[in-house]
Amino acid sequence: MNFKALMLGTALFGAGFSASALAADLTVGFSQIGSESGWRAAETTVSKSEAKKHNVTLKIADAQQKQENQIKAIRSFIAQGVDAIFLAPVVATGWDAVLKEAKEAQIPVVLLDRDIDPAGKDLYLTAVTSDSVHEGAVAGQWLVKTVGTKPCNVVELQGTVGASVATNRKKGFEEGIAGHPNVKIVRSQTGDFTRAKGKEVMESFIKAEGGGKNICAVYAHNDDMMVGAIQAMKEAGLKPGTEILTVSIDAVPDIFKAMAAGEANATVELTPNMAGPALDAVIAYKTKGTVPPKWIQTESKLYTQADNPKAVYESKKDLGY
Amino acid sequence: MTSLNRLMPVAATTAVFLLGFLICALVFPNFASLRVVMNLLTDNAFLGIVAVGMTFVIISGGIDLSVGSVIGFTTVFLALAIERWGIPPLAAFAIILLVAAAFGAAMGAIIQYVDLPPFIVTLAGMFLARGASFLLSTESLPINADLYAHLSDLAFRLPGGARLTVPAMIMLAVVLAGMVLLHLTRFGANVYALGGSRVSTALMGVNVPRTTVLIYTLSAVLAGLSGIVFSLYTSSGYSLSAVGVELDAIAAVVIGGTLLSGGYGFIFGTFVGVLIQGLIQTYISFDGSLSSWWAKIATGLLLFAFIAFQQITLRMARRPRARAMGVVQP
Repeated sequence: MNFKALMLGTALFGAGFSASALAADLTVGFSQIGSESGWRAAETTVSKSEAKKHNVTLKIADAQQKQENQIKAIRSFIAQGVDAIFLAPVVATGWDAVLKEAKEAQIPVVLLDRDIDPAGKDLYLTAVTSDSVHEGAVAGQWLVKTVGTKPCNVVELQGTVGASVATNRKKGFEEGIAGHPNVKIVRSQTGDFTRAKGKEVMESFIKAEGGGKNICAVYAHNDDMMVGAIQAMKEAGLKPGTEILTVSIDAVPDIFKAMAAGEANATVELTPNMAGPALDAVIAYKTKGTVPPKWIQTESKLYTQADNPKAVYESKKDLGY
Repeated sequence: MTSLNRLMPVAATTAVFLLGFLICALVFPNFASLRVVMNLLTDNAFLGIVAVGMTFVIISGGIDLSVGSVIGFTTVFLALAIERWGIPPLAAFAIILLVAAAFGAAMGAIIQYVDLPPFIVTLAGMFLARGASFLLSTESLPINADLYAHLSDLAFRLPGGARLTVPAMIMLAVVLAGMVLLHLTRFGANVYALGGSRVSTALMGVNVPRTTVLIYTLSAVLAGLSGIVFSLYTSSGYSLSAVGVELDAIAAVVIGGTLLSGGYGFIFGTFVGVLIQGLIQTYISFDGSLSSWWAKIATGLLLFAFIAFQQITLRMARRPRARAMGVVQP
């Protein structure tokens, strides 16, 4: 009986608590996939700082790469009565039931970085993702603008074969250089998104292209491969950044180091700040009732040597990349 | 052991759970709700089901490391069978339960007749089942069958937005059936006897081979059932699902007061052990700032505490009798 009284007491205590929580700022639950990559860790760090900036209490649950943990986290966010849920889904399928529960509880869900199976379009408020075709296009357009009318032979380091990001970044780059016959891709091979493989493939490109004399620019689907390629060029006695132009995607700290040293020219950012736009959308939805578009595309920002790469490196190096 | 002593570990587990729940309720608003309790049941349904099977195996003195992989295989098989091969869901359920039963029976037979340690045999089974599910598909496959949509919506609506879902009901039914089977039938008595001593069990006239094969068959069938529940839970099949669940199940069984060396344990303890693990995870997501790896650390500490507790109570229970028989303890 004592126990019952205590439970009742806690329930009342809890009720008082949640009433006061309503008057305060928003609470958002974020079901994060895990910390499998540097980018993912940076996304978590940035989400926390963005939440602070927006005056939002962010509760993060790291799912350790398991969907069942994400579902559990979402259920407990619903039970807590959070104001919104952010979900970076580990797989595309299997979210219907739990998102329906969120919908019934009238808690808006925002997808971050990845989309889910299209069957559930009405189950979430919006998805904040980057457009990897667009990223490739930005890289291509930069190169076209930089070389002007000069002929330019480009070698391309592709990402992992079959990965949708690799396919899209290739497609985007080709769109970016379309209509400029002076810029053409002469060689293209996969570097598996890794530094070691990027270096190895670049070495073979240099050998095949007359010691690198015929190469005007390198395009890599990510910065890691480019860092490897820069190493290969330097070892072959070439000057990346001046003799050979470089452009890659992701904007990880190390590429800014290379840019500051004049060894890299440009990178297109895959922003780890998915939570910022998502928070803006949720706050507008909660306070003014503004329904955001179904897809919020993050900015694919171009960084060149003119953008003070040293300062960018300093600001990014502690994000967890 | 006196009957009071016998119930001590289970009582301790239950006390830990209630205490933990009370602490959570005091720390977090909205925690002491029916919704959280029902979530505990739904979210841990698949774990609860395999843990019941694991309790039988461990009480008999064995171990079954293959259950997580069997769950993974089941989800992939169901996704392919229903979506690609056009088999009706209920028929697919029946097929996979039969396949799981055959798999478990084979492992039990190898343990019995080839006389290999259960650890090795079920480890092989674990790799085999996981490998087979990768062979079927490496992608996560959605299951769109009407039955799935229907079952995942089906639930008793309780006040406060809580719902008693189908997975939770299946888990509760398995727990009850497990209790009856273990505590009230001859098969259950044989399982306890096996865990005490294989040789004297055989001398007592118990059919040891049959019991062993049945125990591993039961565990595999429950893993298959758990896989069905898991596929309902996520409406999809994925070869990487339920990785490491066998270890969570073993942890739940041990936290529930069952002796890893066999011969002693209760299904109810296992059930509470599952709830404790769920409670730790819920605490962490309510807190929202702790790394979720703390769940593993907390489970590890609890395991440690319970094993130490078991050893102490066992020794205390044995000492007077040993002295009475004139045995000198080292």
